[in-house]
Amino acid sequence: MEWLVALVIGVLTASGVYLTMRARTFPVVLGLTLLAYGVNVFLFAMGRLTIGHPAVIDPAAVNYSDPLPQALVLTAIVIAFGMTAFLIVLALKARSELGNDHVDGLDLAEDEVPLKKNAVTRAHEKYLKLIKKKRKE
Amino acid sequence: MHLAAWSVFLPLIAGFIVLFAKAKGLLWQRVLNLLSVVVLVLLSIVLIIESSSGVHQVYLLGNWAAPFGIVLVLDQLSALMIAITSALALAALIYAIATNTDKQGAHFHVLFMLILFGLNGAFLTGDLFNLFVFFEVLLLASYGLLLHGGGRLRTKAGLHYVIINMVGATLFLFAVGALYGVLGTLNIADMATKVALLPEQDLGLVAAAGLLLLVVFGTKAALFPLYLWMPTAYSNTSASVAALFAIMTKVGLYAIIRVHGTVFGAEAGSLANYHMPWLLGLGMITLMLAAFGVMASRRLREQVSYLVLASIATMLIAVGLNNPLALSASFYYMIHSTLMAGGLFLLADIISRGRGTFKDRFESAYAMPGAVLIGAMFMYGAIAMTGIPPLSGFFGKILILSAALEHQWSGLVLAVILVAGFLMIITMARTGSLLFYKVLDSDETHNPPEDNDVSRESPNRISTITVIGLFALSPILVIFAQPITAFTESVAKQQFDSQGYIQSVLSKQPVKAEKE
Repeated sequence: MEWLVALVIGVLTASGVYLTMRARTFPVVLGLTLLAYGVNVFLFAMGRLTIGHPAVIDPAAVNYSDPLPQALVLTAIVIAFGMTAFLIVLALKARSELGNDHVDGLDLAEDEVPLKKNAVTRAHEKYLKLIKKKRKE
Repeated sequence: MHLAAWSVFLPLIAGFIVLFAKAKGLLWQRVLNLLSVVVLVLLSIVLIIESSSGVHQVYLLGNWAAPFGIVLVLDQLSALMIAITSALALAALIYAIATNTDKQGAHFHVLFMLILFGLNGAFLTGDLFNLFVFFEVLLLASYGLLLHGGGRLRTKAGLHYVIINMVGATLFLFAVGALYGVLGTLNIADMATKVALLPEQDLGLVAAAGLLLLVVFGTKAALFPLYLWMPTAYSNTSASVAALFAIMTKVGLYAIIRVHGTVFGAEAGSLANYHMPWLLGLGMITLMLAAFGVMASRRLREQVSYLVLASIATMLIAVGLNNPLALSASFYYMIHSTLMAGGLFLLADIISRGRGTFKDRFESAYAMPGAVLIGAMFMYGAIAMTGIPPLSGFFGKILILSAALEHQWSGLVLAVILVAGFLMIITMARTGSLLFYKVLDSDETHNPPEDNDVSRESPNRISTITVIGLFALSPILVIFAQPITAFTESVAKQQFDSQGYIQSVLSKQPVKAEKE
C-alpha cells in the first residue's frame, strides 16, 4: 500500500501548489492547507510505514514504529493550524482594506468584472433610480 | 552555561510579564521592555567573552544526551549574532518609544520580546527541527510587528510576506522529513557524521533535501530569485520594525552557515561543499539585481531595503567563496551592515516625517526642519552603506575582495562587487541631492508658503540620538579593526572546524543526579 500513501502525498502537494498560485486569497489559503496536509503525511511516512507496532515501550512488542515523526507531525499540525488561522484573519483584513480579495492588487484589477448583475441587483438599481427621480420631482 | 539558555528564555519570560503589565499602562510595558533588552545586551557581551575561549558550550535541554534530546550550542558565531541582535533591538526599541510607534496598536512590546525569543533560539539551537520551530516563532511575531499600525499598503505587503513564509515552512518540513528519512536523526552534529558515511544510493536524496533547505534559508535571506517579497515588506512597515528586520535576513544567512557548513562541510565525503557554487552564483546575481533595485527605487525606504539586499548578497558571495578569510570578512561586514542598515531605516523615517505629505518619495519638497544635521547624517549613512572610505563599509568590502583573490572566479566576483558598489554610490549621491538640495522655493525663514503648509515634523531629539548612536559604531569598527578582525577570524576558524562542533555536541554527557 506504499504507492497509495505516495499518491496521496503527490496529489495533495500538486493540488496545494496549484491553488497557492491562484490570484485570490481564498484558494491560496486552501492551497497552503493542502500543502500542510501533504507535508504532514510525508513526515509521517518518513518514519517508515509499519502496521501494528507500538510507538511507546511495551514489553510484549517485537518491533516498534518510529515515535519521532509522530511528534514532528503533531508539532507541524499545531504550527500549520495557527498559521492558517492567522492567514485567514489577515486575508479578511486585506479584503476589507483593499476592497478586493486579490492577492496582488490595491484596486479592482483590469480584467476583473464588477459583481454579476442578477435579478435582485437589477431590481435594486431600478428602485434606486426611482427614488432619485422622485427626489428630483 | 545556564547563561546561554537564559538569552533564549529571558525574552520569553519578559514577553509574558510585559503582556500582563498591559493593565498597568504603556509606561510599565516600555520600562520593562527596555530593561529586558538592556539586560539582553549585557548578557550577550558576557556570552561573547565566555565563548571566546573557542570551546563549544553545549546545553542539554531536559538533560537528554545529544542525538536524542534537543541541544543548545553556544559558540562564537551564535554569541556574535545574539550580540548584534540585541544591540539592534535596543536602538529599534528606543526609536519606537521616542516616536510613539508602540501606541499605534496593541501588544507591540510583547511581539518585540517574542521575536527576540525566536531569534536567539534560532541562533543557539543545535537541532534542525527545533530550528524550524524557532523560525516559526520569530516569523509569527514578525507578522504581527510587520502589520503593526495597519494601513492598506502594509496589509498588502504583509499578506505576501506571510504567504511566502508559509510556503517556506512547508518546504522546510519536506527537507527535514527527507533528511530524517535517510539519516535517522535531526541533530545537526549527528547528521554531519551520518552524511559522511552515506551509501551511494542515498546521496541523491540527501543532496536534494540539502538544496531544498538552501531554498528555504534563501527565502529568509532574500536570495535570488526569492527576494521580491523583501523590499515591499521592509519599505511598508513602521521604521523601528524595519530596523529590527535588518537582522531577519541574516537569520537565513546564519542558518546556511550553520546547517550547510556543518552537515555538508569539508568532511562530508562526495557532498562536501556542494552548495557553495550555488551560493556564489546566486549571490552575484542578487547583488547586481539589488544594485539595479537601488537605482530604480521611487522611495527612500524602498531604496534602503535594496541596499540591505545588496549587503546580504555581498555576504552570500563571501560565504560562497568558501575560505576562512572570506567567512571572517563576511562576519565583519555583517556587524557593519546590520547596524548601519538599521540606522538608515530609522533615518529614512526621520526624513519622511520631515517632508510632510511628500513622505519619502523622490520628489522635490520643501526643505525639512533641521535639514543640515539630517543631511549630514544621510551623507554619513550613505558613505558607510555603499562602502566609501573612511567608514567600515569600505573595510568590509576590502576584506571580502582580498579574500576573493584566491578563488577561481576571482575576476567575476571582483567585477560584480565593484560595479554594483559603483552603481549604488552614484544613486545615493543622486538621492542625497534630490532630498536635500533640490528643494522647492520657500521664503527666507525656510517655511513653505501658507497654503502648501504640510505637517512637517521636526526631528525628535531622542530618535536622532538613536540614529547617531548606531552610526557611531561604524568608526569604532574602523578604529578597532585589528581586534575585531582577529575576533571574526577566530569565529570563522571555529566555524570551519566542524569536527570540533560535532565532537563537543556528541560527547556532552548529561548531568548525573547526586546520590542521596
